[in-house]
Parts: sequence; C-alpha cells; structure tokens
Amino acid sequence: MLDLRLRHQIGAFSLDLNFQAARGITALFGRSGAGKTTVINAVAGLITPDDGYIRVGDMDLFDPARGINLAAHERQAGYIFQEARLFPHLSVAKNLRYGMRYRSARPAPNFADIVEMLGIGHLLQRRPAMLSGGEKQRVAIGRALLAAPRILLADEPLAALDEARKQEILPYFERLRDEMDIPILYVSHAPTEVTRLATEVITIEAGRIQAQGRPSKVFSDPHSLPAGSREAGAVIEATLTAHHADGVSELRNADVALFVPRLSGDLGQKLQLRIAAHEVILATQKPQDLSALNVIEGTIHSMRSGDGPAVLVAVDTKLGRILARVTRRSAHLLGLNEGRAVYAILKTLSVAREDIG
Amino acid sequence: MSNLLGPAEWAAIALSLKVSFWATLASLPFALWAAYLLARCNFFGKQILNAAVHLPLILPPVVTGYVLLLAFGAQTPLGQALAALGLGFAFHWTGAALAAAVMAFPLMVRAIRLSLEAVDPKLEDAARSLGAPPWAVFATLTLPLSLPGVLTGAILGFAKAMGEFGATITFVSNIPNQTRTIPSAIYTFLQQPDGEQGALILVAVSIFIAILALVLSEILARALSKRIGGRDA
Repeated sequence: MLDLRLRHQIGAFSLDLNFQAARGITALFGRSGAGKTTVINAVAGLITPDDGYIRVGDMDLFDPARGINLAAHERQAGYIFQEARLFPHLSVAKNLRYGMRYRSARPAPNFADIVEMLGIGHLLQRRPAMLSGGEKQRVAIGRALLAAPRILLADEPLAALDEARKQEILPYFERLRDEMDIPILYVSHAPTEVTRLATEVITIEAGRIQAQGRPSKVFSDPHSLPAGSREAGAVIEATLTAHHADGVSELRNADVALFVPRLSGDLGQKLQLRIAAHEVILATQKPQDLSALNVIEGTIHSMRSGDGPAVLVAVDTKLGRILARVTRRSAHLLGLNEGRAVYAILKTLSVAREDIG
Repeated sequence: MSNLLGPAEWAAIALSLKVSFWATLASLPFALWAAYLLARCNFFGKQILNAAVHLPLILPPVVTGYVLLLAFGAQTPLGQALAALGLGFAFHWTGAALAAAVMAFPLMVRAIRLSLEAVDPKLEDAARSLGAPPWAVFATLTLPLSLPGVLTGAILGFAKAMGEFGATITFVSNIPNQTRTIPSAIYTFLQQPDGEQGALILVAVSIFIAILALVLSEILARALSKRIGGRDA
C-alpha cells in the first residue's frame, strides 16, 4: 500500500494532492504538464517535494516532519521509464542483474522466471543497441522487477512505442497487475491504456486530483474529464457470450447485447470495453433500417459543454453509462437535456480492438 | 638507430618517458575528481576551483615553475617535511614529474569533464532506482561510459608532460639523469657549438613518440566506444 501526500511548487505550477494506492495498477491520468511525472519522481526520490509524506507499506520514504528523506537508492522503488534507459555498455543479462547485487536479502523473483515470463531468453548476450523498442522495454521491466522493488513506478512506458509494440508490451503489464503483490503507479495520458490496465484511475489536472475510482466509473463521468477532451470515452463492463460466424462477437450486460469485432477471448469472460465518445451517435427516436448494429436505449444523465463546438452527453443505459460527444448544434436541434430518453448508436466497427481487454 | 643515440640521448628519452608516465598516472585520479566536481556538483567556490584548475594553462610556465619552487623547494617547510618522508622534489626526477603533472592537469580535467558531462544523468537516475548507491553509480556507469574521454585526457596529459620545459627547468633545473628530459636535452644541445645533430635526433624522436601516442589513443578510443555503444557483448 502506497500512502502519500505531496505539496510542491515549481515556479507557477503547484502540486497539492494526496491518495493511497493498493496492489494492482493505479493509473495517474491527465494531460502532459498536469504533474503526473512529478508525483512518481517524488516517490522514486528523484525530486524532493516541499512538504508532505510518502509511505510504502511500513516503510517511510519521505516525512520531513520527522526528518526522513530516504535517498533514491534506499527506497526500493522500481522505475520503468518511457525510454527504457538500459545501460548501453552492458549486455542484456548484465542490465537485468544490475539491481540484484543491491537488493540484499529481500525475497526476490527468480532470474530464470523473469526471463521466461518476458520472453527475453534469446536476447541475454546482446547489447541494448541491438534491441527493438519493445524488446528494450521488456528488458527494462525485467531489470526493475529483479531489483525486488516494494513499489513499481511506470512513466508512460508505452508512449515511445508504435501501436504494434504497444500491443506486445500491454499483456506484460496485465500480468504484473494480476500477479505482483505490490502497488504499481502507472502514468499515462492514453485512455485506452488506462482502461485496459488500471485497477484504479486517478485523474490529475493542474496538480490537483480531479477524480479517483475504477476506470469504468471515472471515464463515464463527464465532469472528471477535461471538457474539450477528444479522448473522452466511457468504459463498459460486459461478459463475452458468443462468437458469431460472420466475424462479430457478442457481449452482454443485463440482457442488453453489444456487437463488437471478433475477439479472441473465451466465452463467459468478463471484459472491459471502452467506447470512444466521438463514435457514439444520439437519436431521440428509435431508428429503422440502420446499418449500425448497436442501438441502445437510455436516458440522459448529464451534459457538459466547454468553449468548443462539442458537448459531452452522459447516457445511462442498461449496459452502463455511455458517453457521447455531439455538437452543441445537434444537442440544441434535438432538444437534448437531462432526463430525456435517447438511443445511443454505435457502429460495431468503430469499437477498436485495443479498447477491449 | 642505436648508434645515432648516445647514452645522454637515451637517458633523456628514458627519463622523459618515466617522468611523463608517473605525472599522468599520479594526477589522473585528481583530474577525475576535479572533473567530476566541475561536471556534476554545485557548490560554493566552484568557479574558484575552475579558475585554479585552469591557471597553469594561462600562466607563463616559468611562473608556474617558480611557484612550485616557492612551495616545494628544499628550503621551504613543506619541501623539508616531504623530504623527511622520502618524497623530496628538489632537483630530483620526481620534481620534474610534479611540474609536468601540474602543467598537464588542466588539459586532463577539460577532456574528462567533457566526457562526464556527456553521460546521460537519466541513466544515473535509473541506476539509483535499482538501488545503486552514489559511488556504485559512478564506478559502474559514469566512469565506464566516460572512459574514452578519460583516455583522451590521459594521452593529452602525457603528451603535454613529454613536452614540458619551462616549469620543469625553473623548478628542478636541468640535471642529467635526474631532470634533463627531452626538451631540456634539446635545449642543452642547442647551447653547444656541435650539438645540432643531437638536437635533431631528439626532435625526430619527439615527433615519433607524439605520433605513436596519437595513433594508440585513436585505436583505444575506437575500441572503447565500440564496447560502450556496442553492438555485441
């Protein structure tokens, strides 16, 4: 369990927040410059906050009131950086073993197990310069784990990778989330990633916490997202119930079916599905003869508009809360307001496969 | 070649190599330390240290030699104390080595500092996050990654030490087999009516040694760079 309170001032930017993070992945979500990286750098001991405290389990990392400020190397905080930061003069094997000599007698993962889990056995003798971006990041994950950390910090570990490499690395973070008994702080500004990985999400705006909770809850609340956010999208939890022969898979929640592009999962599996708000169409009457397969009945819970042309509409359905991003003009023409019954329309093909996990 | 070089020439060459070798070796740790302070630390008096390190580069060598004489001469308290410990500098080859080391120091510090500054502090942060205490970060990461620069600094220092004349002759004079290095020997030859041939031979030897050092350092630096950014383990 991570427990922290931070106050920090850098020029005109001020950070003031406190939260706790249990085992699993806690995502720090927000725009760049919101202060996400400052938070994990403070936990790592790479910067010293002005005030506050940081505790991991029974270990005090930072508590100026009691004169405690452990050096970075004493904090047992594993750090996975955006650019893997492998040591260029050492082989992959030596990079992996780097932290092992400093971890003293703590219980630690087995070298062979980690190498096996990350599928990097064939890379051990190579130099980092010879690795692809995805391979580098896998080695960086292994290197952090082998130092037997009490907390794992990840700063946009996928941001420097292309889409294919992201898909290569994501499953490893899912395994860490499910198998490691330590808190993982995961900084990201990609809702897709957060939806798929996070047990809990904390949205940060201008150094303050805006919302905290399960991704399905936080991302379904228009008020926890910046109004102009193109990345808004609700997260639905549903069960995989059928794979149809025509290439469509069927998810269900509370007897409402949702058709998505063919998935690889097993029937009965619980899935989280992110529906991007700008892919959702709203109608006030049930449309006829429409190619879109998903027409979901609901009522408008709330609406939020910013300065731009868009309004973010939260619709409560039996599937859960869905966000739709429509123009203010449409909202006006249709007479949308809170409590109004609407139909949310979603093309099957507009659900991206990486949004399901 | 051996019949061209008499015992006096051989003595000067051997002495120059010995003096330069020890001057480089003994000042390297200090140069590394000063370079690290200047490259990585912020402290009160940093500019003063920076100026002090560079002073021998700017001062006339004769002045540097005379300051050394004032500090370490046989009549000074410091000189006498060191002599009692068996580390006398006055009119001894160790004095020539000290003068050469002082003169070579700024060049070594500059080269090493540049290469230390080129080591990405982000890598050092990564090492700290893996539990490495500061000395280990330096020994396992910063130093190995800046080794080409350290080597360049050492070669530059060695070359400077080989050529040092003004400070040496002022501090420890020009004594055969003790302080008569190649430059002093060339100077001595030129003072003699028939010394021109000896001087020419030593000039040729100097050029040969300098080129050899440059080629060696180039080969070593390439090998090191390959190991550092290298493609195979």
